[in-house]
Amino acid sequence: MKVFKGKPIISGNVKGEALVSTKGFNTLASFQKSIIMRAKKAICSDQDNKELFKKIMTQKILCIPQTIGSRTGGLVILTIAKMNIEPKAFLFADRIDSLAAAGIILTDVWLNKKIITVDSLGKEFLEVVREGDVVEIKNDGTVILC
Amino acid sequence: MKLEKDEIELLEGKRGALWQKIIKSVILYGEIFGAEKLVPIEGTAHFVTSFGANMIKPYFDILDELINAGIKNPKPFTVDPRPFDPINVKYSLLERIIFNFIYGKQKKCEEQLQKLGILNEKAYSCTCYLEEIGNIPEKGQILAWSESSAVVYVNSVIGARTNRNSAGIDVLCNVLGKAPYFGFLTEEGRKANWLIKIQVKKLPNPQLLGSAIGLTVMEDVPYIVGLSDLIGTELNEDVKDYLKDLGAAAASNGAVGLYHIENLTPEAKEHGRELLRNDYSTYVIDEKELEKVYSSYPLLWKKENGKPQICFIGCPHCSLNQIYWWFENIKIRIKEKGKLNIITYICAALPVIDKVKNDKKTFEEMKKIGIKLTSICPLMYMNNPICSKKRVITNSNKLRTYSTARFYPDEELLEILTKD
Repeated sequence: MKVFKGKPIISGNVKGEALVSTKGFNTLASFQKSIIMRAKKAICSDQDNKELFKKIMTQKILCIPQTIGSRTGGLVILTIAKMNIEPKAFLFADRIDSLAAAGIILTDVWLNKKIITVDSLGKEFLEVVREGDVVEIKNDGTVILC
Repeated sequence: MKLEKDEIELLEGKRGALWQKIIKSVILYGEIFGAEKLVPIEGTAHFVTSFGANMIKPYFDILDELINAGIKNPKPFTVDPRPFDPINVKYSLLERIIFNFIYGKQKKCEEQLQKLGILNEKAYSCTCYLEEIGNIPEKGQILAWSESSAVVYVNSVIGARTNRNSAGIDVLCNVLGKAPYFGFLTEEGRKANWLIKIQVKKLPNPQLLGSAIGLTVMEDVPYIVGLSDLIGTELNEDVKDYLKDLGAAAASNGAVGLYHIENLTPEAKEHGRELLRNDYSTYVIDEKELEKVYSSYPLLWKKENGKPQICFIGCPHCSLNQIYWWFENIKIRIKEKGKLNIITYICAALPVIDKVKNDKKTFEEMKKIGIKLTSICPLMYMNNPICSKKRVITNSNKLRTYSTARFYPDEELLEILTKD
C-alpha cells in the first residue's frame, strides 16, 4: 500500500481502477471519437497516446501529469460529463492546468455534477501507479494505492 | 477568498440562480490558482471561442442561459478567427462535408456572439490588438482574456494585465465584470524567473527565438537581454510585428503569458532588472542553440520528402506591414524564378484585408501571382482530418506545434514557394 497526499480540487471519497498516462493527456483527442459517435462509454481515441489508446476511460480513475492540447479541452470535459461518460476521478501529478480546471469547475457549477479531482500528487505518483491498480481517494486529497 | 458585500450577495443567490452560478464559477476557478479576491475588469474583452464546434454543445447551452436572461458583455468584444472560409480557401467536397460536421454550430455560435455584444461582424481575429481591429487595451488595465498569443502580446508589449484564461471562464469573468486576482494581475506574478541572454550576431527569426524561450521556460516569465541591441529600443510597427510572432511561439511551444525585453517592453523600460526575482535561472541563446531547436522539430508528414501542397502564412494573423513584406518578397522571387508553385494563403483580420483590397493595384497583383488572402484560423483548418494529411508548410511555429504543418524560417519558405 502506498499513500500520496495531494490538493483536493473537487473533493470526495471514491474508489476505482486506475488508468495511467505518464505523458500529457490530450482531452480533445482522447474524447473526440466517443463524443462524435455518441458512445455509451468513452474509449480513448488519441493515437499519439500509446498508454491509453483504445482503452475505456469512463468510470476509471485517470492518473495524468496535466492535460494538453486544444483550447476546447475544458469544454470537452463539460460535454463528456453531460453525456455521462466521464472518468470517476482525475488525479494530477502536477498542478492542475487551467483548461482542466475550467472544465471541472464548469461541470460542477453548471451541470451540478462533481468529478472528483486531486492535483499536485508529485512526480513519484506517476512512477508508482499502474494501470488496473485499485485507487482510493479520500476527501482531504489523500490517494491510496491499494 | 475574501469577498465584497455585493459579491457575497451574488454568491448567496440574492440576484438569482444564474448570477450565483456565474460568480461561483469565477470564484472556484480563482481559488484553484490561489486568488485571494476578485478585482474589477477595467478593459475590453477578447474570447477564444469563435467556432461552433459540435463537440462543445453544453458550452453553447451556458451561453444560451446568459442570453435568455438578457445578460450582455459590458463592452463590445472581439473573438478568435472563424474556422472556415468557403470563399477564399479551396476545399474538396469531402473537406467541406467534414468542416460542416465539425463546425456544425457555427451559425448558432455567431448569433450568440452577436447577442452577447461582439464588436462587429469583422471582429474575428487573434490579432484584435492591431489598429485596424481596434481592441487595444491600455497599460496597466485589468483584463480577462483568452487566446494565448493575444494574452502574451497585451501583457508584454502593451503592459495590460490578464491571465491565460480558459474558454468559458473568460466569458463568465467578463459578464461579471470581475477577475480573480492572481498570476499576471499581481506585481509579484509579473516578475521574471528567467534571465535570457541573447548572444547572436544578427536578429534571429522571432518564431525560432520564441520557440527556444518557450521550450525552456515553459510557463515562467523570461527577462530577455541582448535583443534590444539588435532590434532597437522603440516599439515601432516592425518591432511590434516581431514581438507578436515571438510571443505566439513562446506561448505555444511553452506556455509563456508574459515576457520582458530589456530597454524595450514597457515594464522593462520602467523597472529594468528589478523585475528579476532573486532566484532566477539563466539561459543563453546563441546561433548554435537556435540551430539545435530548429533541428529538433519532428516531421509529421507521411511522405517526408513530398512536395509541399499548401502554405499558410500568418498564425497569429499577419499585420498589414507583414502582408506587404510577404507580397514584395514573393514578387522578387517570382521575378528570379518564374512563378509561385504552392497554394499560398496569407491569413489576416478582415479589416486588415480590407485595407489591402483598397489598394487596388497591389490586390490585383497579388491575385495575379496567386497569393490568396483569408481571415480563417489555419489551426482550425488543420483540425479537419483530411486537411491534416496534406503537406502544409508555414512560417508559424504555433501552427507547427499544434498540427502536422512543417515550419520554415521566412527566407527558406520564400525559396520553397517558388521552387520547381
